Amino acid sequence: MTQSRSVQVRLAGRHAVLVELPDAERTGAFHAELLRRRAAGTLPPVAEIVPGARTVLLDGVPHPEELARRIAHWDVPTRAADDGGVVEIPVRYDGPDLAQVAALWGVAVHEVAARHSSHTFRVAFCGFAPGFGYLTGLPAELHVPRRDTPRTRVPAGAVALAGPYSAVYPRATPGGWQLIGTMPDPAPLWDLGREEPALLTPGTRVRFVAEDGTP
Amino acid sequence: MTAELTVVRSGALTTVQDGGRRGHAHLGVPRSGALDAAALRLANLLLGNAPGAAVLETTLTGCALRTDRGVTVVVGGAPCPVTVDGRPAAWGVPVRVPAGAVLDVGGVTAGVRSYVAVAGGIAVEPVLGSRSTDLLSGLGPAPVRDGDVLPLGAPARQPALPDSAPWPAPPTELTLPLRPGPRADWFTPGALRTLTSATYRVSQHSNRIGLRTEGPALERLSTGELPSEGMVLGAVQVPPDGRPVVFLHDHPTTGGYPVIGVVAESALAAAAQAAPGTPVRFTRG
Repeated sequence: MTQSRSVQVRLAGRHAVLVELPDAERTGAFHAELLRRRAAGTLPPVAEIVPGARTVLLDGVPHPEELARRIAHWDVPTRAADDGGVVEIPVRYDGPDLAQVAALWGVAVHEVAARHSSHTFRVAFCGFAPGFGYLTGLPAELHVPRRDTPRTRVPAGAVALAGPYSAVYPRATPGGWQLIGTMPDPAPLWDLGREEPALLTPGTRVRFVAEDGTP
Repeated sequence: MTAELTVVRSGALTTVQDGGRRGHAHLGVPRSGALDAAALRLANLLLGNAPGAAVLETTLTGCALRTDRGVTVVVGGAPCPVTVDGRPAAWGVPVRVPAGAVLDVGGVTAGVRSYVAVAGGIAVEPVLGSRSTDLLSGLGPAPVRDGDVLPLGAPARQPALPDSAPWPAPPTELTLPLRPGPRADWFTPGALRTLTSATYRVSQHSNRIGLRTEGPALERLSTGELPSEGMVLGAVQVPPDGRPVVFLHDHPTTGGYPVIGVVAESALAAAAQAAPGTPVRFTRG
């Protein structure tokens, strides 16, 4: 199966193209294809490959018009659900919005952990702060709105939900997401001592593992 | 032992900047780097440094530095008075600062950001390949404070020291050539006309993240939410108030407001020197 005709390519200034796809799944597949082509040396030089919710930005491209024409003819294979490694995030499900989320889901508070940790997520894109990954994979019936009033400080390691996304805050920042748990040691999320500082890079699969003692 | 600079007066906002931190935008890491990239290159060229060697970027009020041994410096970018131990010294060309002397970079007489380059460059520890302070995400060294000590690199062999250099004057009117897209279709046909015909002014709320403007609001066709997408340097993002913001080097890597057009990177050095109130014209080009 391919998706060549569903791709829309837009120019973003003199050195970038923004490739728009119909949904998150095909955006992930297109991003994976870009990384494959770059690794194989068949992609023209590009400084940045930045996935978004339904787009991939290629920035620092010498000839964007030419690349835009070529991309429109690519055949992009769909991505296997089990493609790529899995990162496990230990979670204590003790967040201050647990009861609120349980109510929105229509389940008992102690069932939130079981529900949330039963899905395999994927990092769709990063943003907001270094190492902050937007994880997709929750079924639509478990999507929840942001809080009406954002918190001025969300602690590092907070495991959170908003819209179609789950995330783990790599450091303390203001934030409006619903907090359902805590990653006990959030330091690995962003570690400048590592070759790859971000734990959750775009395309990575993620599982949340409920820690013993979670209610 | 390498030479050091001690910060005697840090000024309103003084940061270490170099050519920036590219290649990590997919992790949420902004590009960062000197806002007036042309000034960074010229100052380094005059000292025989690599073009992207780290310098100090000041904001409006300059800074003062003491050196523990004789160094050669260039103060460029926004014009300002320069003194060494109280005696007037040249702006825009290499100046010798003797050991123990204080280099004072005064308040700007025009423009916004002066640059202080030192032969050998500022040698703070790089983070992800860059020494730049990133004010959006906090990567790199914190803005300098009084008493900070900044290590210096080894100078190149003394270059020919010119007695003049081609510094452009800060803009009295800022012209920003813009290519429409990628989200021009989110706006009414009149919005692009308004943007390229009206006069905007630089807002006092501008910073290293964006050049904010005051002027006619740009009208959107739909009020729907744009799913977060990658942002480029020079993107003209239009938040709900309709006033265009030109993204500068510390801009977020992804954003959810539509981008009506992108300003040529070569015009952003002048944007970095446009003081609040400066008229801004966006042109097609």
